[in-house]
Amino acid sequence: MRREAPQKLSDYGPLFFPAMMLTVFFVVPFATMIAVSFFQRQQGGFYVPAFELANYQRFLSLFFANVLGFSLMLAVTVAICCIVLAVPFTYLLTRMTRKVQIVWLVALLSVLSLSEVIIGFAWSTLFSRTAGITNLLVMAGIMSEAKALLPSFGAVLTGMVYQAFPYTVLVLYPALVRLDPTLTEAARTLGASPVKAFFTVVIPALRNTITATLIMVFIFALGSYLLPQLLGRPQHWTLSVLITDQAIYQSNMPFAAAMAVFLVLVTLGLVALTVLAGRKGEAA
Amino acid sequence: MSGLALNNVTKEFGTFTAVNNVELTVPHGTFVCMLGPSGCGKTTLLRMIAGLDLPTGGTIQLDGEDITHVPTHKRNLGMVFQSLALFPHLTVGENIAYPLRIRGAPKEDQKKRVDELLSMIHLGGYADRPVSKLSGGQRQRVAIARALAISPKLFLLDEPLSALDAKLREAMQVELRQLQQQLGITTIVVTHDQREAMTMADTVVVMKGGEIRQAASPIEIYRRPADTFVADFIGSTNLLEAEADSTGGVAVLGQPVSGVSLGAGVRKATLSIRPEDVHLTAPGNGALSGTVTFVRDLGGTIETFVDIAGRQIVAVSTPRARPDVTVGQPVGVVLLPDVCVVLAK
Repeated sequence: MRREAPQKLSDYGPLFFPAMMLTVFFVVPFATMIAVSFFQRQQGGFYVPAFELANYQRFLSLFFANVLGFSLMLAVTVAICCIVLAVPFTYLLTRMTRKVQIVWLVALLSVLSLSEVIIGFAWSTLFSRTAGITNLLVMAGIMSEAKALLPSFGAVLTGMVYQAFPYTVLVLYPALVRLDPTLTEAARTLGASPVKAFFTVVIPALRNTITATLIMVFIFALGSYLLPQLLGRPQHWTLSVLITDQAIYQSNMPFAAAMAVFLVLVTLGLVALTVLAGRKGEAA
Repeated sequence: MSGLALNNVTKEFGTFTAVNNVELTVPHGTFVCMLGPSGCGKTTLLRMIAGLDLPTGGTIQLDGEDITHVPTHKRNLGMVFQSLALFPHLTVGENIAYPLRIRGAPKEDQKKRVDELLSMIHLGGYADRPVSKLSGGQRQRVAIARALAISPKLFLLDEPLSALDAKLREAMQVELRQLQQQLGITTIVVTHDQREAMTMADTVVVMKGGEIRQAASPIEIYRRPADTFVADFIGSTNLLEAEADSTGGVAVLGQPVSGVSLGAGVRKATLSIRPEDVHLTAPGNGALSGTVTFVRDLGGTIETFVDIAGRQIVAVSTPRARPDVTVGQPVGVVLLPDVCVVLAK
């Protein structure tokens, strides 16, 4: 369905309100942040308008490069883990009866209602030595003595995947529900086992949805700054943790702004690359 | 035995019996149409033959081998779905090659077979097109070619032509039948369109309420329906109550007729007579007497509606044999014994 392009100024009327909201709550603060990133920091937590690249220069060090690299790696790992878990899960969920689906979806939504802080403390308890899940393994005779599973990279990853998983399922669900169930049946009549049908028909038919979900979870994970602090060691801290640290504890707004701008640019670059790669794959 | 055999096949969903004790043998190379109103269990039966649903009772045999519990992908069959179920992410050629690719056939063999099938369905050179760019009839052909790619033992089609417009559907019926005869493949089609069944089938299986009412050749079904449901479902017919008295004399709608017998000892039965077999004459002379209530002149055929004792009978005739009647005129209806089918009450 193709609609006629707007002719008069008044045709743009419905766009006015969202455009205004976007300007006031996104464009203006973001522009302010970009401006602040060039300002000069004063001793004692204030900053004055200026134009200097010192904040960006300070950022170009091996330490921050490592943190940036780790942040991106963590976000990508979280995104991949979520997709690998959520695609088969959601696929099986859509084959269930309506009643079972509703129970699962309500459970997932209730996970969404938990704040990051609660998720973080819950997992730190579960991974602790005194009250953690290893005690159950000891009781079952699998382990000889309870031990702490945190702080560690695994703990950070688990917490973040737990947090992002419901979003992943909820984004995948509509696409998977709409997927024609006769496609897999057809694949089976043509000689594909159910597992083969899943990989040769369901996954390729959902390629665009999966890419979009991957990007969404990646960006979501990139912004996480509480869980790495609660469940990880300092070397597991992401750039978001450092930005928070600079902005709130070190009162260095210009430097925090510069890091944030840099993070946004890198993220946009990666998303653009993914979209481009997807286009190429489609054309081939 | 070569071919397909269904023995006491039953499918229950909870307390609902979708398919009830179906017995059917399909000899190798025959074309069977399963026909019936919606909800009669014909699609469920087809899905059980495909292995997509498991029967709750009975067995299914293919070429003498019990396949009741063989998973779908090991049955070596080809199936065309009502929605066609072409894979949207693959091109025409890749769709047709899918069953070959899954079985690990070499690339060159796949390409050769795809070209062969594309020329068979008159779509040569379409291999690299996306399926979304095809018309309804072309998609239909691609789905058929994909199902036939491995030369399956069994070719199953679930309402394959229902998405096409009437003209294309008629053409595809003829094409499908010719293709089946050329390949000599055992084929089962589920349809609710009796014209489709009459056009294509060697054997028509009429189903209702999960049971087979009659399985016979199309002309046999039309000429000798097994019961009133089949008589009424296939084509149109006039169903008339008949009674026999103790001496064997038969009365139809309360009027005595000669030459018709209900069979020994039968007191009450229903007569089925096709509209084209109803003859209209002058009243009297042993014919049933009635009144003309309406004449529908369609040019090619003329339908005359006659009221006999409150019951409406339709007579169809060609323009050459146009009955000389007008509305409100008394008329005689002749029931020729050799075209009346006696059906048990």
